[in-house]
Parts: sequence; C-alpha cells; structure tokens
Amino acid sequence: MSEVMGVVVAHGNLACCLVEATESISGVEGALQPISNAGCSPELLVARIRDAIGLRPALLFVDLASGSCAHAARLAGREGAGVPVVSGVNLPMLLDFVFHRDMEVSELSLRLVEKAHAGTVAYLPDLSS
Amino acid sequence: MTLALFRIDERLLHGQVIVGWGMRLGIDYYVVVDDDLAESDWEKDLYSAGLQDRRSAEFVSVAQAVEQFGELDARRGRGALLTRGTAEMRCLAEAGVLLDRRVNLGGLHASEGRRRVLTYVYLTPEEEDDLKAIHGACIGVTARDLPAGREVGLKDLIDVLE
Repeated sequence: MSEVMGVVVAHGNLACCLVEATESISGVEGALQPISNAGCSPELLVARIRDAIGLRPALLFVDLASGSCAHAARLAGREGAGVPVVSGVNLPMLLDFVFHRDMEVSELSLRLVEKAHAGTVAYLPDLSS
Repeated sequence: MTLALFRIDERLLHGQVIVGWGMRLGIDYYVVVDDDLAESDWEKDLYSAGLQDRRSAEFVSVAQAVEQFGELDARRGRGALLTRGTAEMRCLAEAGVLLDRRVNLGGLHASEGRRRVLTYVYLTPEEEDDLKAIHGACIGVTARDLPAGREVGLKDLIDVLE
C-alpha cells in the first residue's frame, strides 16, 4: 500500500511555514505539500489542490474549519474516491502524520485530530507558592 | 435598514468577511445571493460551517432577494448581503433595491480573461461594465478588502484598466 500524501492548505505563508517546521523537526521530507490561498480565486485553489492530490492516497489539512481554504479543500476532496479534510492543522498533528503515513487514511484522520487536541494545553500560572 | 454591508466577494463566507468585517460591524446574519447555492444543501452547509455564536446565513436566489428585500432588510440585528460576482449585485442594483446603499468590492481574484486592478481585484470587461451599472444605481462602489484597508473608488479602479 502506498503512503498517504499530506497537502496543507492555509492562509498566507502558514502552510509553507508549517511544512518547513515539520520537515526540520522530523527530518522527513516530501511527505507534505504546502498550498497558499494567497491571490487565488476559488476555482484556482480547487485546481491546485486537485493537482497536488493527484491519484495518490491523500489527506488534506486546512487551518480553519470554514473559509476559502476549507471550502476549496472540501470541494476538491469530494471528487473521485474522496479525500478526508482535517481542519485546525498544527505542528503536533503534522509531526504525527509524517510517521504514520502507512495507516488507512480515515483512521489516520481521526488519530491526527486526537493528536492535535492533545497538543493544545493551557499551562496556567501557579500562584499558590 | 439593517443590512449594513453589501459585498462582492467570490469567496463569500470566509475569514475576511466573518472575522474582519463581521466582528467589526457586529454582523448577526448573512444573506448570500446566489442562484446555484440556493439550490445546493451541501454547499449551504459548507459555507455556513464557520458561523458561530448564533450568527446565521440564508441563501437566496437573485429573484428571491429582490422579492424579499424589504423583509431581509428589516430583520432584528445587523446583516450583510454577499454575492460572489458582479452580475448578481448588478441585478439587485437594477431592480432598484440598492439606491441608498454603498457596494463594497472585496475579492475577485486572478483568472482567465481578468486584468489586475488591485492585489485582490481582477476584472473582465464584463465585470467592469457591471460595476459601472451598479455605481449608477447606488451611492457608489468602492473596493476595500478589510475595514482597516484603503478604500479605492470605482473611478480609480477603472483608471488602472485604461
């Protein structure tokens, strides 16, 4: 079974920065492809995502659950056999992804949402001492 | 008059609209005027997914928007009316419902046949004609992506193309 390709679609430079950070921390290169929505019409953004997915098993990451990136990803992901879209992309999620690309993609999507949640913690100041 | 924003933006309900404009103006409800979306439940859900805190979106056809404009504009709270293209807004303008309103041009991006006017505005000759017609049937058309951005009048937009 071929490994899942990750495509990160986000506002401004965010996708590029997240992919660079993931690669620099994990040492895994080529598992993620960044796409920015900057200057893109909705049709162009869908076309870019479609090209990035190709015919491989893929998983789409977006920053916000709604908005131009999520809309385009969900439209592109709806085509063919369907590609899952995971919103709220963050570094813990991507770091886990690059080491588990051999998993079945729907199962992997659910795992990554849990990893993203686990990576979001509020450390409140301890005022007791 | 509770519709406080009339915006042309091909991305419709997205971050700049919901957060940038919606938070600043205190928008409670959105009216999306689009014949295709008015018929697609799946896309209505898709576009409404980012709305929070009891904000709502209604999707109506151009004909419905004209017919129901008085009611859409008399609701409790503050609203924003969105179209994804110039043609839909032109229909509303020519129906006479925008006479005392200003239209905001917020996002038409690069695609085949369009020429660059601003970083977020690219126009075809047909869209340019639509904007002129809208301008003549309302207080005016100005481009501005976000409330804090520079407002650019239609004349300046057209000058870039000529």
